Amino acid sequence: MVPISYFLVLAAILFVLGVAGFLFKRNIVTIFMSIELMLNAVNLTFVALSYHLRELNGQIFVFFVMVVAAAEAAVGLAIIITVFKHRESLNVDNVDLMKL
Amino acid sequence: MNEYFTPGDFLVLKPVILLVLFGMGVMLTDLLLEKHNKYFNAVTALVGVGFASVAMWMIQSQMNRDGAGVYEAFRGAIVLDSFSIFFTWIFLISTAITIIISIRYLEIEEENHGEHYAIILFATAGMILLATGMDLITLFVSLELMVISIYILTGFLKRDRRSNEAALKYLLLGAFSSGILAYGMSLLYGISNSTNLVEIQSKLAQRPAGDPLVMMAVVTLAAGLFFKIGAVPFHQWLPDVYEGAPHPTTAFMSVGPKAAAFALFLRIFMVPLGPVRDQWLPLLIGVSIATMTLGNLAAISQSNIKRLLGYSAISHVGYLMLGLVSGNDTGLKGISIYLLVYAFMNLGAFTVIVAMRRRDLIGDEIDDMAGLMYKSPTAAVLMVIFLLSLAGIPPTAGFLGKYFIFLSLLETGHYTLAVIAVLYVAVALYYYFRIVSVMFMREPIDKELPSMSPGIRVALGVTAAMTLIIGIYPNPFIEFANRTVLAVMR
Repeated sequence: MVPISYFLVLAAILFVLGVAGFLFKRNIVTIFMSIELMLNAVNLTFVALSYHLRELNGQIFVFFVMVVAAAEAAVGLAIIITVFKHRESLNVDNVDLMKL
Repeated sequence: MNEYFTPGDFLVLKPVILLVLFGMGVMLTDLLLEKHNKYFNAVTALVGVGFASVAMWMIQSQMNRDGAGVYEAFRGAIVLDSFSIFFTWIFLISTAITIIISIRYLEIEEENHGEHYAIILFATAGMILLATGMDLITLFVSLELMVISIYILTGFLKRDRRSNEAALKYLLLGAFSSGILAYGMSLLYGISNSTNLVEIQSKLAQRPAGDPLVMMAVVTLAAGLFFKIGAVPFHQWLPDVYEGAPHPTTAFMSVGPKAAAFALFLRIFMVPLGPVRDQWLPLLIGVSIATMTLGNLAAISQSNIKRLLGYSAISHVGYLMLGLVSGNDTGLKGISIYLLVYAFMNLGAFTVIVAMRRRDLIGDEIDDMAGLMYKSPTAAVLMVIFLLSLAGIPPTAGFLGKYFIFLSLLETGHYTLAVIAVLYVAVALYYYFRIVSVMFMREPIDKELPSMSPGIRVALGVTAAMTLIIGIYPNPFIEFANRTVLAVMR
């Protein structure tokens, strides 16, 4: 039996990788994928905890996180396509019309 | 016990169901409408908001008859108390005003699709659920329903590069913060073995002080929530999104979703994180000082009025957080009143900006307001009222919100914080009066009058009247807010 801490540490590492990808990558689609990685780390945490605690709410939360991630991807990719149409580039550094 | 969707559940959800039904109805009827009568969509959406308001009013009167105070639905996942009722009214009013000010604007932009109104209604449904939710799952889903709708609204002007850019920035940073928030929620779930906020509260109270897991949950939840309300250091998206979004959307999200995010913020910090107040209080004090400082100082040098109001919104978030720092009755009452008042004064200010949008002028630079006094004295005078109220000068309503927040700080002995907050009001007066001086002292740049459509007239009238009424005769509103406090403190 694998102890729960292994899953939680793995999830934490995945989450940090997602955050790092979000902060350091320059391609919009890669950034978006990093966010998905973060959400999947959340899912892994929930599933592991739910199994460990013998409680189902965590698994239900996972379903909703997946639904939300799908909705976000649908809207997000649409927005990314409009941005690409206008700028012919997927680099976030080129999206700088307004000062950040 | 195992029954779902009982009549009681249905009653509590009725306003939300009505909003969603009308939203879908708007999308369907939009297909039948010719290009010149798209305003009908707005009428349908307004009727939807009206129905939801009636449903809400009926729930409230039934609640008074029962003497129940609280309605629970779906086994405590949704709780309708005076806290959520108060916020629901803020949402419904701001949605109605947003709908009537968008009609002319969308016609000018030639983007008058029915989806705009449908998505506003969906966002409102999310906001109401966010204020009523008492379960991590409900809160997460309704938060996402709200923010995803606003991503779409922000990018609604497909041909405008600034609108695209704002939508992209909001999307990436919003999704990132949702991820952080969800991670915090997963930690809370692990600590407490439950997703119900009240149960989490009792479990968290039993944990030893200084537990690293609790610490981590507090930090991740706080980071996610600071993003959503736009507090420093997670505020960078806010001025850009305010600047790039269509004017009515900026008006909408500066009020409704902001109040909803604050409702979530209050619920999370007061209920599940209530027992570990010692751990987040220093964090909150630091963040609120930084937020007020940055918001007020960065607003001074802005030339775009939407961006200026964006920074001013950041500073208002700083003031609002001070109410939670003191955390007593007066502070929470101050937050509720502040949000109500803020809804009217900010919507009013943005309505004037929406009126400035003409065929050849975007109307969001401060210079575009030049000589407004000579072109449209009513709009100019009302704008002065809204700006005075935003700065917090009596007898306008803005004073009332600031008064209760400062009072609560004095009551709890945070004298330094109170002094800092009051000093920043002077800074705020300076940058608000830059707008006033441009309106009154400069010559108009052109002869064209601002487009005062009937919707904009109504919106200006209502917001100005409420800004003054709450300022001059505040008792019923204070009474209403008082009951809110009792609900969240229970």
